[in-house]
Amino acid sequence: MDWVFENRAHIASLTLAHLGLSLPAILLAFVLSLPVAIAANRVRPLREVIVSGTGLLYAVPSLPLFIVLPVLLGTGVRDRANVIVALVLFGMALMVRSAADAFDSVPAEARLSATAQGYSRWGRFWAVDLPLAAGPLLAGLRVVSVSTISLVTVSAVLGVQSLGSLFTDGFQRGIVPSIVSGVVITALLALVLDLLLSALGRFAMPWLRTGERSPR
Amino acid sequence: MGIEFDHVGKTYPDGTQAVRGFSLSIPSHSTTVLLGSSGCGKTTLLRMVNRMVDPTEGRVLVDGEDLADAAPVALRRRIGYVMQNSGLLPHRRVIDNIATVPRLNGVGRREARERAFELLSVVGLGESLARRFPGQLSGGQQQRVGVARALAGDPNILLMDEPFGAVDPLVRMELQAEMRRIQTELRKTVLFVTHDVDEALALGDQIVVLRAGGVVAQAGTPREIVESPADEFVERFFGAGAERRTLRARPRPEGGWSVSDGAGRPVGVLDSPPPAESA
Repeated sequence: MDWVFENRAHIASLTLAHLGLSLPAILLAFVLSLPVAIAANRVRPLREVIVSGTGLLYAVPSLPLFIVLPVLLGTGVRDRANVIVALVLFGMALMVRSAADAFDSVPAEARLSATAQGYSRWGRFWAVDLPLAAGPLLAGLRVVSVSTISLVTVSAVLGVQSLGSLFTDGFQRGIVPSIVSGVVITALLALVLDLLLSALGRFAMPWLRTGERSPR
Repeated sequence: MGIEFDHVGKTYPDGTQAVRGFSLSIPSHSTTVLLGSSGCGKTTLLRMVNRMVDPTEGRVLVDGEDLADAAPVALRRRIGYVMQNSGLLPHRRVIDNIATVPRLNGVGRREARERAFELLSVVGLGESLARRFPGQLSGGQQQRVGVARALAGDPNILLMDEPFGAVDPLVRMELQAEMRRIQTELRKTVLFVTHDVDEALALGDQIVVLRAGGVVAQAGTPREIVESPADEFVERFFGAGAERRTLRARPRPEGGWSVSDGAGRPVGVLDSPPPAESA
């Protein structure tokens, strides 16, 4: 604990750097997944190809991707942009399927009825499809958030600062508390973000809090 | 002028012919019931009126206007639509569900809600339900909210697609009575789809009996159809030729008459002898 206390400023700045890499990645992965998922649902014959295709991105080993991306993007190896792009790809690998399933789960009769009341297609998306898909969308987002927070640590191997730097430094210099605090703080960060998202969901979707549905 | 179906047909891309050669004139301010078994094309016909389905042949006219020239979204906002299982938006409170169409038409939130509160009482619901979500209501209450929502835009036309089909018989009769009361007050042009003969008789000013493919077997007032069914199909549909509506009355020892159906099952009691001709 002494080590953690003495290095608290360093740890705090690494935590901030960690969030600076993961939050934009989580947000972008989420936002970019929605149109891909909608397109996949709309073009039925291609749905499985698109959804499984993006899912396969997750099978790409992270370290080589971190190294290959700068070549493709024309950025430096230690550029934070590489890390974020790689994390977005991994996030989308998880999120596209969640989002496609989420939009598929919107009850057909709610959509039909919204159309019959006079919603335009675009209006219906915002007023009906998106809120009714929000439950499963949030579930997907929570997985992406936890996964991204943990994946960010790999970037430390490339020399991009994050909580992962506590492992790399700890290993190189033989400081066990550094390694342990890296693991613990990363896990805590993932947990806190997950709790925040879950609370946000309960606040934003009051209709899911009303207990059991009455029979028709 | 009301609604006019002019030689309407619908063939789906896969070759299925849902409706062919359907013509019907629906007068304003009255209730017309499309009565038929499932798959007879009645819902298809209903949805042509708000362009949820476009006919592949013929025309549908509302007050003389060919709907092919009407913008679908704007059209739907001035036609009320009630469907089975209410179709309420599960994430919107009752009051906001009712306010849907006025809000779409650009009415302010407060004004739309005030109107929605009025409609709650029109359909016989208390204001205490306003803040609930649809999932917290009974089936019958949901259907009432569905009717209130359809009325909120003050449409001239009300389309009802088996709106009371999924509630239990007692509640269904209650809703039918409520619908008759609302209709005597509001006098909308109602097009009502059902497969329930009793419901058709309870609500229709005009009943259109449909065969498969949207072919009109008979159109007329409930009395005309019950008293003189056009053919065997209509007769069988109404159970008139069989036993269900052929009633017999026998004097009761206690006075009055005991009434039974064609198979001898008792169906009720008449207090006094049936009058020679009802008014």
